[in-house]
Amino acid sequence: MRKVLTGGRVIDPSQDLDRAADVVIEGDRIAGIVAPGEAVGDAARIDVRGKVVTPGLIDMHVHLREPGFEYKEDIESGTRAAASGGFTRVCCMPNTRPAIDTAATVRFVLERAAQVGAARVHPIGAATRDMQGDVLTEMAELKAAGVVAISDDAFPLQNAETLRRVMEYCAMLDLPLLTHNEDRALTHRGAMNEGYTATVMGVPGMPRVAEDIAAARNILMAGCTGCRLHLLHISTAGTVALLRQAKQQGLPVTGEACPHHWVLTEEACQGYNTDAKMNPPLRTPEDCQAIREGLADGTIDCIVTDHAPHAEHEKRVEFDAAPFGIIGLETSFALVYTTLVRPGLLTLPEAIARMTVAPARVLRLPDGAGTLRPGALADITVLDLDAVWQVDRDRMVSRSKNTPFHGMELQGRVVCTLLGGQVVPVERPE
Amino acid sequence: MRHLLTLRETSESDIRFLLDTATALKEILQRPVKKVPTLRGRAMVTCFYENSTRTRTSFEMAAKIMSAEAINIAVAQSSVAKGESLKDTVRTLQALQADCLVVRHPSSGAAHFIASQVRIPVVNAGDGRHEHPTQGLLDLFTIRQIKGELQGLEVAIVGDIAHSRVARSNIWGLTRMGARVRLVGPRTLLPADVDRLPVQVYTDLRSGLEGVDVVNVLRLQTERMEKGLLPSLREYSRLFGISVQSLRVARPDVLVLHPGPMNRGVEISDEVADGACGVRSAVEEQVTNGVAVRMAVLYLLMGGGGMSGQD
Repeated sequence: MRKVLTGGRVIDPSQDLDRAADVVIEGDRIAGIVAPGEAVGDAARIDVRGKVVTPGLIDMHVHLREPGFEYKEDIESGTRAAASGGFTRVCCMPNTRPAIDTAATVRFVLERAAQVGAARVHPIGAATRDMQGDVLTEMAELKAAGVVAISDDAFPLQNAETLRRVMEYCAMLDLPLLTHNEDRALTHRGAMNEGYTATVMGVPGMPRVAEDIAAARNILMAGCTGCRLHLLHISTAGTVALLRQAKQQGLPVTGEACPHHWVLTEEACQGYNTDAKMNPPLRTPEDCQAIREGLADGTIDCIVTDHAPHAEHEKRVEFDAAPFGIIGLETSFALVYTTLVRPGLLTLPEAIARMTVAPARVLRLPDGAGTLRPGALADITVLDLDAVWQVDRDRMVSRSKNTPFHGMELQGRVVCTLLGGQVVPVERPE
Repeated sequence: MRHLLTLRETSESDIRFLLDTATALKEILQRPVKKVPTLRGRAMVTCFYENSTRTRTSFEMAAKIMSAEAINIAVAQSSVAKGESLKDTVRTLQALQADCLVVRHPSSGAAHFIASQVRIPVVNAGDGRHEHPTQGLLDLFTIRQIKGELQGLEVAIVGDIAHSRVARSNIWGLTRMGARVRLVGPRTLLPADVDRLPVQVYTDLRSGLEGVDVVNVLRLQTERMEKGLLPSLREYSRLFGISVQSLRVARPDVLVLHPGPMNRGVEISDEVADGACGVRSAVEEQVTNGVAVRMAVLYLLMGGGGMSGQD
């Protein structure tokens, strides 16, 4: 069955394409991109006039919580939230229960995603068994089972010796290591950025240098071992500078940033707002500015959400006691469009690149992920750039509601996604 | 104003009103029969997630003098041990028809959280390293009683500023009332971006005490040393201990406060603690004034009139 998306503006950074065109889909694959109205033959036409058509967005950093924490989110609700945010692929972090540290858990996640997923799911394997930082996981088996990367997210490797062995193994298996950069000796008991706001609130702080020291160490070790290193959720100006320097030296290092780290500052924690508590924490206006610049000049490769659902009963507690993390899948594109593209920091194709082809390249995702080239899986996102809407925590598709963006007015909204040529409608809960 | 959570968010007029009320109520403490019927039929519940015999007793005294019921929840024996959330605990206390909750909690912001969960007034009796507003008020009250006025006074707060809720409440309360505040302590016990507070910062005791009217000495928790923040109590005492000698650079009529309990020989010398050698120490008056100030707080929050109504 042929389908044609007609009348849209097609943006595909993987082929440097930004023009009015029609996208032709044959079965579950892209057949081609043709001039408007030139698609011939019998085909179902989907009218996307006035809309933007891009490769399906990819979020390489989410927490789907299944298995083990299905009360926060599961693979079904998480991928539905992803689809509603325009994502056709997400990469899920291994801090589930059990952790994604064996081939069996990898297969479980992939099977669940195949059964109930509204988006494709690529698991990320743990670096050490049960993420304890001691014994390496069986990474070759994890890779054979389908992980696209190894990560210590949520449990950053503290011991440099362990880090070295993990990196050597990753290098041997040609898997990227994704690191959460935090020297825990410096952030011990911390719950937000160390600085004036934390001082006034009396909340133990997490200094920015704790991220920079870990990032510097990880970059140095990547240089030693030849491991491909990807810096997760960069939140400081210092780490942006370290990544820029590493790239200038030709090291195999990439990095990512989350919208909250360039849109919000530590002041969002005022009033002990646990929906503004995440790790790394919200920082200062200078850090936000450095991340925006890092995205604009290409230092930061990818935009991700670090979608981290937590239940109401876990977040409605004392600030210290609340878990770190916020949801992000359903607000990501609108935040990117409103805060980066509209002010002119990034062009729309540059922004789309950081949400499509860039993560596909970092992780070497299969099946033409992040492109609309002929033969690629027909994973497509349709965007309405004119739609203005207000974030409402009570109208989230995600099972959890922990967003710090509640009430914010944003421009740019997802119309629908296509997954293997099939339309996945966007849900708008009442 | 429905709650007393911080001095930072308490207006100058509310502070003045509380201090004036406490002045009027303090007279009751001097009577042979220390009992007035003002809060008869009201119930104050103290809920302490950290041990503090003196603060809890002070609130109990204040409530009982005004004929309110004072009910103490000993946290170790309560449902907290069974894993009940703070939200459920305080909602239960409200449902038991408490008229006011007095809470001490190790987590900064806990009092704010509780205030967001209940309809009854909440008094913060110390939350983490955030604030301890009734201690701040009793310090202001004591200084005003002895010095006559807070406006224009030079007040040094000495010690572990980083971990001190007393310091934070003092900083906001004193500056709001027109006093100038100096913070004195070792770099490792000063919080991040301390210079952005409305204070002057000193890491040298001599210059920090030069010409001050009041010294508020903070208790040094001995565990700070174990955490590597200080080399030794001996050195701390030499560098930052308040003694007759170190007070020589202060004004001759310098007033010394300490929130207690004191580590004699560490942050404060015996002579200064006891007000010997001509030093004006107000440590015991602070305790008495604490009862008066807490009477004022309970009266204004539970008495039905609310505060001055300017909030």
